[in-house]
Amino acid sequence: MTDDANAEQDKARRFRDAALPHLDDVFTLARYLMRNSADAEDAVQECYLRALRHFDSYRGPAMKPWLLAILRNVCNAEFARRGKQEIAADYTAAEPVAEELPMWQEPHASPEAVLLRQQDGAAIRRLIANLPQPFREAIVLREVNDLSYDEIAKVAGVPVGTVMSRLARARSMLRAAWNVADEATPGSAPGTSP
Amino acid sequence: MNCAECEILLHALIDGELDAGHARDVEAHAAGCAACAEKLKAFRSMRDAMAHADLKEAAPAGLRRRIEAALPQPAAAVIAPRKFPQPSRRTFFGGFAVGTALSAAVAASLVLTVVRNDEQQTIANEIVSAHVRSLQAGHLMDVETSDQHTVKPWFNGKLDVAPPVVDLTAEGFTLLGGRLDYIDGEPVASIVYRRRKHVINLFVAQRLGAKHAGAGTDTIQGYNVRHWAAGGLDFWAVSDLAADELDEFTQKISAALRPSGPPGPS
Repeated sequence: MTDDANAEQDKARRFRDAALPHLDDVFTLARYLMRNSADAEDAVQECYLRALRHFDSYRGPAMKPWLLAILRNVCNAEFARRGKQEIAADYTAAEPVAEELPMWQEPHASPEAVLLRQQDGAAIRRLIANLPQPFREAIVLREVNDLSYDEIAKVAGVPVGTVMSRLARARSMLRAAWNVADEATPGSAPGTSP
Repeated sequence: MNCAECEILLHALIDGELDAGHARDVEAHAAGCAACAEKLKAFRSMRDAMAHADLKEAAPAGLRRRIEAALPQPAAAVIAPRKFPQPSRRTFFGGFAVGTALSAAVAASLVLTVVRNDEQQTIANEIVSAHVRSLQAGHLMDVETSDQHTVKPWFNGKLDVAPPVVDLTAEGFTLLGGRLDYIDGEPVASIVYRRRKHVINLFVAQRLGAKHAGAGTDTIQGYNVRHWAAGGLDFWAVSDLAADELDEFTQKISAALRPSGPPGPS
């Protein structure tokens, strides 16, 4: 066996050890950015291929944000290729997110209390999915991928101050969406009944 | 602080990204402002709810297999994993036979290294002990402030040197304060920083146990330790922070100290 082949295998092994443990994190972000599973899988696969190609030049900082930054580039490249910035998600508080939400027993409970009871997270996922891209990305990197503000800033390529204002907006929008849902449920809001 | 500022900063507070000074400001504002207090409470419970909900998606098994398959396969290594150590061992002994003089020199320097490392190791162990001690309630800081111009003068008269105090809040390392500690029987300055929930103790002293200016890294009891010397001072950074983030910290400290020249007694 040649040294080149050995080096190549050694690199593959190191890459496998370093990068594969983050597969769920990478897939999760892809799922929220691409909005469907097939596109997400393609993006993740492309991300790992690119990461392997650039693994020689990888010097840190941490593997997870590095992979997520690559994934984000892959997703953006795909959106650019399709000729649109992304499926428009011009969400406003007036839009009926309510139809996707389950009904709850206590209409006057605060949205936060409802959130607390919602163990499966499916409803929260749908609410996150309805956020416009920069806010969706920020909240997923923070709450799901568990990155620090600094890491989010690096992944998204924006200053930390922008991360802070995006997170504030994202959480305000999420909260507003719960309030809309909450107001919609007591009566017979169309679409809320199964 | 006004409501608009509070509305942004309260998120950093609940995310544990705010320094002590700003955290107090936000809490003080919320204490006197019902609207902001309500928001703080609401977003905090929302964040808790999201933390407890299962929002992560598991990658499909098929995807994992496809990615594995796309990597260069270690086929030969799997079939004959024990093939390589033997020739390399032969080379090693061969090297000894050929260059005994060289080997002696190598061995001598090895002993020096080991001895030196032993001394370093003792200090490093003490550093980690001091770090662990500092984490116990009420032991972390003698002077608690995020203002570098308060921390630095506080050490006056307590130490022979004026330790440099750098504010790295903007770069994600919050200055919490300072403390006088003892390492190897010598008083040393500890400047305390925080990254998210991780405390970093930066110990600064004159020639702390070692006369050489060697830099080193270590992991003791799960704590990462970084040691370097600059401007006649010895620096030891210790934290449970991830190794790469601690490296980032030491780089930022070094970079901040460099332009103004070596820090000396003021």
